Parts: sequence; structure tokens; C-alpha cells
Amino acid sequence: MNIDLTVVWAGVIAFAVAMYVVMDGFDLGIGILFPRFTVGKERDAAMNAIAPVWDGNETWLVLGGGGLMAAFPLAYAIVLPALYAPLIAMLLGLVFRGVAFEFRWRDPRHRGLWDFAFSAGSFIAAFAQGVTLGALLQGIHIEGRSYAGGWWDWLTPFSLLCGISLVISYGMLGAAFLLWKTEGRVHDDARKLARPLAFGLLAAIVAVSAYTPFLEGRYYQRWFAWPGVLAAAQVPLLVAICGAGLLWSLAKNHERAPFFWTLALFGLSMAGLAVSIWPDVVPGRVSIWQAAAPERSQIFMLVGAGVLVPIILIYTAWAYWVFRGKVAEDGYH
Amino acid sequence: MAPDATALILARAQFAFTISFHFIFPSFSIGLASFLAVLEGLWLATGQQRYIDLFRYWVKIFAVAFAMGVVSGIVMSYQFGTNWSVFSDKAGPVIGPLMAYEVLTAFFLEAGFLGVMLFGMKKVGPGLHFGATCMVALGTFISAFWILSVNSWMQTPQGFEINAVGQFVPGPSWWTIVFNPSFPYRLTHTVIAAYLTTALVVGGVGAWHLLKRQDTPQVRTMFSMAMWMAALVAPVQLFVGDEHGINTLEHQPMKIAAMEGHYQSHPNGAPLILFGIPDDKNQRMRAVIELPKVSSLILKHDLNAPLGGLDQARPEDRPPVKILFWSFRIMVGLGMLMIGLGLLSLAARVFGGLYRWKPLHLFALVMGPAGFVAVIAGWVTTEVGRQPWTVYGLLRTADSVSPIGTPGVTGSLIAFVIVYFAAFSAGTWYILRLMANPPHPGETGVADAPIRTAGITPARRGGDRADAEEGAA
Repeated sequence: MNIDLTVVWAGVIAFAVAMYVVMDGFDLGIGILFPRFTVGKERDAAMNAIAPVWDGNETWLVLGGGGLMAAFPLAYAIVLPALYAPLIAMLLGLVFRGVAFEFRWRDPRHRGLWDFAFSAGSFIAAFAQGVTLGALLQGIHIEGRSYAGGWWDWLTPFSLLCGISLVISYGMLGAAFLLWKTEGRVHDDARKLARPLAFGLLAAIVAVSAYTPFLEGRYYQRWFAWPGVLAAAQVPLLVAICGAGLLWSLAKNHERAPFFWTLALFGLSMAGLAVSIWPDVVPGRVSIWQAAAPERSQIFMLVGAGVLVPIILIYTAWAYWVFRGKVAEDGYH
Repeated sequence: MAPDATALILARAQFAFTISFHFIFPSFSIGLASFLAVLEGLWLATGQQRYIDLFRYWVKIFAVAFAMGVVSGIVMSYQFGTNWSVFSDKAGPVIGPLMAYEVLTAFFLEAGFLGVMLFGMKKVGPGLHFGATCMVALGTFISAFWILSVNSWMQTPQGFEINAVGQFVPGPSWWTIVFNPSFPYRLTHTVIAAYLTTALVVGGVGAWHLLKRQDTPQVRTMFSMAMWMAALVAPVQLFVGDEHGINTLEHQPMKIAAMEGHYQSHPNGAPLILFGIPDDKNQRMRAVIELPKVSSLILKHDLNAPLGGLDQARPEDRPPVKILFWSFRIMVGLGMLMIGLGLLSLAARVFGGLYRWKPLHLFALVMGPAGFVAVIAGWVTTEVGRQPWTVYGLLRTADSVSPIGTPGVTGSLIAFVIVYFAAFSAGTWYILRLMANPPHPGETGVADAPIRTAGITPARRGGDRADAEEGAA
């Protein structure tokens, strides 16, 4: 057995985070775009496109957080206090947008209020997640085994840029999902929104990617030192191709392709992130091996994850299959 | 590096606040999910309309309660790190994997099948739909299994080693960790409490409609089912609770001493203090009403057995008596009332008055929320009784907290209080409104109501859920 369990666990956590970003990404994106839809049935249809699946999508966030505590307890203990304010904001945003799924149907007279809660909660959660990522990338101050920075360390131009970027990116993912899953007015409005959002997404990727190497010398080394640059350069090249693909599929009025091109761009962004930080779990500070839980914890969890994650993927896919097809303003066909 | 005392107490207040709010929802949804599975099963087995009516009636309430449970639960999975980072670093290798198993075996199961349970009846048919309902019910139970194992390990830690950097790390056997000494008792006691809580809510709603003379077969069925549950399970809970107490006496004697109000040790049989006022300053109980030697009888099944008091622990190792003494009495007192309700309902059944006895219905209505109060009181008893430790006897609460200053913890606590009260009081209000209407024959589900938005659309099947307007229309 020459498998490094720590690397395996880093992969599992990365997978959970990626699943979360993609799946709750389109949920949150629909929330972000919500104010652009007409009050009433158009909004109902946008909501119904995700109502049966949002809870499962959000569970990946719990796996990301819980898994981090289990597999890399030191990282969990350092990162969460460091990102205290944006994480609390994210959680409170998720509270509002989560309850709005049910409450808006229970209280027609205050549906506008819960629509606002849904939208604002989604925006805050997405923005806070972006800020969290930015704050993590720019580096956090550690002494011993704990966070030693200040209360506002997370707040920088870079972290705000990441926050805005993620809001735009989720918006694009949400619009692409609606193109696929809806018809009628929601579909048409999503199409109108998709083109500017696609440009916004590409601009966001370029901005964050251009900023990152200059945050820390090691990121610069990673991206521009010879011969690594040969491999690293593939990422921006592929981003250009997928970006062109996305714009082309939108121009051609494709219904499903934009979603997959957007997914590919998300995937590439995460790959770029991995190039920057690997093999650290707290970038530039703590490596995955320093933060790893003991082997007994890793093995115990890996047995479960190995069996259960495939099963989870199967029944999640089944739930999506059950609700396949397009949502119209009068519900599922 | 240790934050000041104010930050510590605020961090504790924040955890107590968020967990207490959260715990309300699962203690209801664990029981309700099983109740829904039973209703749907009965419908499939008998084909009787009243069962599916009741299913559809309660599933709407379940959807609201479950959403609140989910969002308040996500907060909990991050509270450990944001506010108790030192604890997370030290205990993470042992309890982290158990929580990861909770996510993998329970949360995904619930969430994955919830959509089908709420919206998928017409898409998958009754058989598969029943399967989905059972999966959600199973998920709620599995969730309780893992999280109570974690909690019990913090109360009665075993099977661990301590490594060079001071972390608790797993020993050779995970079985020893998962099935730590207090776990089987706590799991049984808590799950039964959840079932009782749900039964009391269902019974209270049934009683309300009987009192309002909305005496339909659906209302009768739910009231009768709830009263059977109370009559059969409340006495079992008394027995299980007693066993749990004896287990606690073995592993956490100071918790029991504080619950009983025993400042001093009693070498020749300890009294059962029914009422009294804890006086920490003088280390004694004032205005006591007590039954001599009965505490020893309950806890050791021997009138003259010696029982240690708080004086056996150093002052800095004692849990706060004032809270435990009262929270324990609230829980037990409500438990006794639940048994009383069950007995009264049995008598009413024997004399044919189950649907006619007004006092019974009034009693059941008043007891409707009693389960929640008892569950929270019990939770306070066990959690405050663990103090001043997070990992009992090994890691102090004061040494577990995050290095977050008072302003940060204050700000987040205020934000949680505002958001929780706004969001969850609205949700509770919606649940009460749903309960205020009786279940109808041909009750609509969460998803399959005809569309009535703006009152012009013809009825079609689908995912709209405008049935909320049924009362207003």
C-alpha cells in the first residue's frame, strides 16, 4: 500500500467543495437573479426548478465543513476563526434563503418579503463565500496552532474582488441552469441575462487570475517559473476555449450547452486554484500533511466515504432524474 | 492567548442559543418523519382515505419544520470551528469522523429523498414514494445516532490516546469510541423523547379540533394514534430515564449531585429533594421538601446506600447547581404529566370518552408543546451538567474556545438572535396556521395543489404549491 491517505482525503474534500460550488452555485445564482424575474408565476417557476433539490445541494457544504474538521482538524481550527465574519454572514444568508423556499408558499401576502429574503440571502451567501476564498488565498496570520490575526484581516480589495466575482459566476451558472430547465418567460429572461453574465464571468476569471500571482511570491513562482509554466499555461488556454464555447452556444440559442460550458469554466477555475495552493490546506501556511488527522481517522472515514459517496451520487442522480424535464409556470410537466 | 471571560461566556451563550433553537426542529422532525412513514404505510396497506389525508396534512408541516432544521443545522456544523476552534483541533480526530459519517449516512439520505417525498408522488408512484418517505425517516434516526454518539463521547470519553501535540486521537477500536458508556442510554432516551414530542404535538392539534367540534375521522384518527403513543411510550421513557440517570451516576456523579441538589455527601442514604432553593454561597438547599433516603433508593435501589455530594469535587470542577436542579425538575415534572395524560386517555378509551371528554382534550391541548420544553430542559441538564468541561474531566470549556475577541462574538451573537427570531418565529407562525385548519377529506399535498394564483388559472397537476391560499381564498 503506497497510497498517501492524506492526498486521498485532500481529494475528497476538494471534491465535496467542488460539488457544493457547482450545485449550490446554480441555486444561489437563481436567487441572485431573482429580482430580475417578474413577481408571481415567473418567480414561482424559477423557484420550482430547484425546490426539490436545493437541500441535497447544500448538504455538500456540510460535508465540506464537517469533512475538513474530520480530515484536517488543524486547518478547520485555524481557518474558521480567521474567516469568522464572512462565514457567519454566509450562514445567516443561507438561513434566510433556505427558509424562504417554504415560507413564500405559506404566506402569499408576504411573498414579496420572502422573495427578498431569498434573493438577499443568496447574494450574501455567494458574496461571503467569495470573500472567504479571497481571504484564504491572500494568506492568514498564524501563531502556534491557531489564528493570530485581527478581526478585519479578511477585508481587502482582493477579497472583495473575489466576492463580486463569485456572485457574477453563480449568476451565470444560475442563468445557464434556467436555460436548460425552464421554458416560457423565465427561459427568455434567463437568455437575456446570460450574455452579459457570460462576459462578466470571463472578466471575473481574468481579474482574479491576474491578481493572484502577485499576492505572494510562491503563487508567481508556481505560475511563471520554467518549466512549470508549460503545464500551468494550459489552464488559461482552456479557459479561452471554453469561454468562446460558452459565448458561441449562447449565440446559437443552445439550451443545455451553456450550462456545461459554464461548468467547464468553473472546473478550470478550481484547477487553477489547485495549481496555486497545492499542497497546502491553509495556503502558504499549513500543508495538508501538517494538518492531517491521524491515519486511524483517515482509514475509518475512507471506508465509509468509499462506499457511501457513490451511493449518494446514485440516489442524488435519481432525484434529479425524477424531476427531469422542463419546469413551466404551472410546475413540472 | 486565552480570550477574556466575557468572550468565553458569550461564546457559550452563542452555542447554547444556536443549539437550543436547532434542537427544537429535529426533536419534532425525527418523530414526525416516522409518523408520516406509518401513515403512508397504513394508507398503502388499507387503502383508507383518512391516512393519506393525514399524511398530506402533516407533510406540509414537516416541510416547514424540516427547512428550519436544515438551515439551523448548517450553522451548527460551523459553530465548532468558528467559536470552539481549540476544541475542534484537539477533539477533531475523534469526533470529526463521527460527524462526517452523520453527513454521509444521514444528511444526504434525508436531503436526497426529501424532494421526492414532498413533490414526487405523481412522478414515482405510491410504492417508490413510500420508499422515499421511509428513507427520510431512517435518515433522521441515523442522524440522531451519530450526533448523540459524538455528544456522549464528550460526556464519557473512552477509546482515545493523546498525541504529542495534545490532540485526542483514536485508539485501536472505533467501536469503543462510538459505543461509549453513556451512548446507548442517551440515544434511547433522546429518540423516545423525540417520538413523545411529536405525539404530544399531534395530540394537541387533534384535541384543538375536537374542542372546536371539527370531529372528523381524520381528527379522530390522529388524536387516537397520538394518545396511544403517549400512553405506551411515556412510562417507558420514565424507565429509560431512570437507567440513564444510574449510568450518569456511575460516570458523572457531580452532574447527578447537582441535579439532586446534594451539596453534601450522604453516607447513610440520600434524601430525594422534591423542592428547594439552591444556595451556592452557603453550599446548602433552603426551604427543602424532601423524602428521606428516596434518592438512594432511585439511584442505587437501596435505601441506605451512600451517595456522594458536590463536596467530593473541587469547587472549580463543579457544575452549576442552580440551573441543573431546576432544569431536571422541569423535565421530570413534564414527564409525569405526560404519563398522566396517557393514563387519562386510556381511561377515556375504556369508558368510550376518547372523543368526548372535554377535560382530556383540554389537557392534551395544553400538553401540546410540553415535549419541546422537556427536551430543552433535558438537554440543558445534560450539557450544563458536563461543565466545566467540553471533554469530561479532560478538556476544560475555558481551554476550548476560539481566539475571537469580545466584539466579534458579541456581534455574531446579536446577529444570530435577530435572524433566528425573525426567521423561526415566522416559521412557527406558519406551522401554527397550518395546524389551525383541520385536515380535510381529499387534503392537498405540498406539491399537487391546483394553481390559484390570481384566481384565474385552471387546476392542473404540477409543482405549484398555492395550496397555502386555501384558507384565504
